[in-house]
Amino acid sequence: MSDELRDVISAVLVLAGAVMCLAAGVGLIRFPDVLSRLHAATKPQILGLMAITADVALNNFTVGTVTLVIAIVVFQALTAPVVAHLVARSSYDTHHVRIDVLILDELGTRPD
Amino acid sequence: MTTRKERLKATLNQVPLFLGLILLWMLLWGSYSGLTVLTGALLAVIVSVGFYLPAVELGLRVNLWYSFVYFSRLLFDIVLGSVQVAVLALSPRYTPSNAIVAVHLRTRSDFVLTLTGVSTSIVPGAIVVDVDRVRSTLYLHVLNVHRPEQVEKFRKGVLAEERRIVMALGSRADVERLRRVSGEDRSEKDQHARTQHAREKRKRGGIT
Amino acid sequence: MHIVAIIAGILFGAAALISLYRIVRGPTVLDRVIASDVLVATVICALGAEMAFNRHTDTLAVLLALALFAVLGSLSVARFLPVRDTE
Repeated sequence: MSDELRDVISAVLVLAGAVMCLAAGVGLIRFPDVLSRLHAATKPQILGLMAITADVALNNFTVGTVTLVIAIVVFQALTAPVVAHLVARSSYDTHHVRIDVLILDELGTRPD
Repeated sequence: MTTRKERLKATLNQVPLFLGLILLWMLLWGSYSGLTVLTGALLAVIVSVGFYLPAVELGLRVNLWYSFVYFSRLLFDIVLGSVQVAVLALSPRYTPSNAIVAVHLRTRSDFVLTLTGVSTSIVPGAIVVDVDRVRSTLYLHVLNVHRPEQVEKFRKGVLAEERRIVMALGSRADVERLRRVSGEDRSEKDQHARTQHAREKRKRGGIT
Repeated sequence: MHIVAIIAGILFGAAALISLYRIVRGPTVLDRVIASDVLVATVICALGAEMAFNRHTDTLAVLLALALFAVLGSLSVARFLPVRDTE
């Protein structure tokens, strides 16, 4: 792979990660309730991290780096949903969800 | 009282997880020598005995082609979902409209249920709010749905995700069940099976 | 490459500032938890970007530790949030 091509790919990946982070921040400000903000938060956690670590692996292409990068992404992919779920349930239980922006709530009407 | 055969089966069931722990240990050290294998095995034994958890029934079936399909589709979904949510956050005309959708999965295995929940919630745009383990139902919060058709489309998407996971890693019984009930199962017969299953799971003393 | 680094730096900085704003303002504890998660994710991404620019892998272990343990704080807050804390 030529150096120039690598630089271009590297730049694109870094910028993608940075834009994901910024979009998450803007989403935090603009989205109306806890659950919607949670959606915004998952973006840099997954795609941002994948882009950035792929970039690191690209610039340092060794077995150790690549496996460690895979481990990082897998751990993040396993831990992020756990937190998201706990925060979501906690916010639902403490009535922090804005009912007026929901068009459908099948959790409120579930059989017990 | 368990027979010897059952105990053997339970031990065999743990082997993939055990190997995974050793692999993880070697990964963290970044070296693949005999010493790391040995210490990894030792630690794996300590961890799995010391922090005992109820065994997960894995089914011991891996289909490489469907696993590949599942992971590449997951990657595609993550990219697509991220871009969609990013566009939504940055677009000037944004009106909030969300939904909490219940998706009845067809699987009866906790493993597939968990994996489906995790893979739908790492795709930006959906988050698991609650799980009904006994009825194999996920309650998902979905961002930016305006019409009922979109809800149905989303539900189909999650069921397709479940199908991919079952084809890749699910047990034989789950694959059979998928073949029997194609599409969303709201038939009377399956409803009956579901309640039957729920009763059994409660009887076994699962956490509900 | 230099320009890209500056742009990325500005974007990361803006994201961090916005999430700080949400941590300070956030009406509920859960908002603050989410915002701090985003802040951690931004820090992870920024560290990774620095590694990519300078072509080294020294902080990769830090990334691994953050990916593993950054969740613990928010997890415990979300888990042990009392129901009466509604405001």
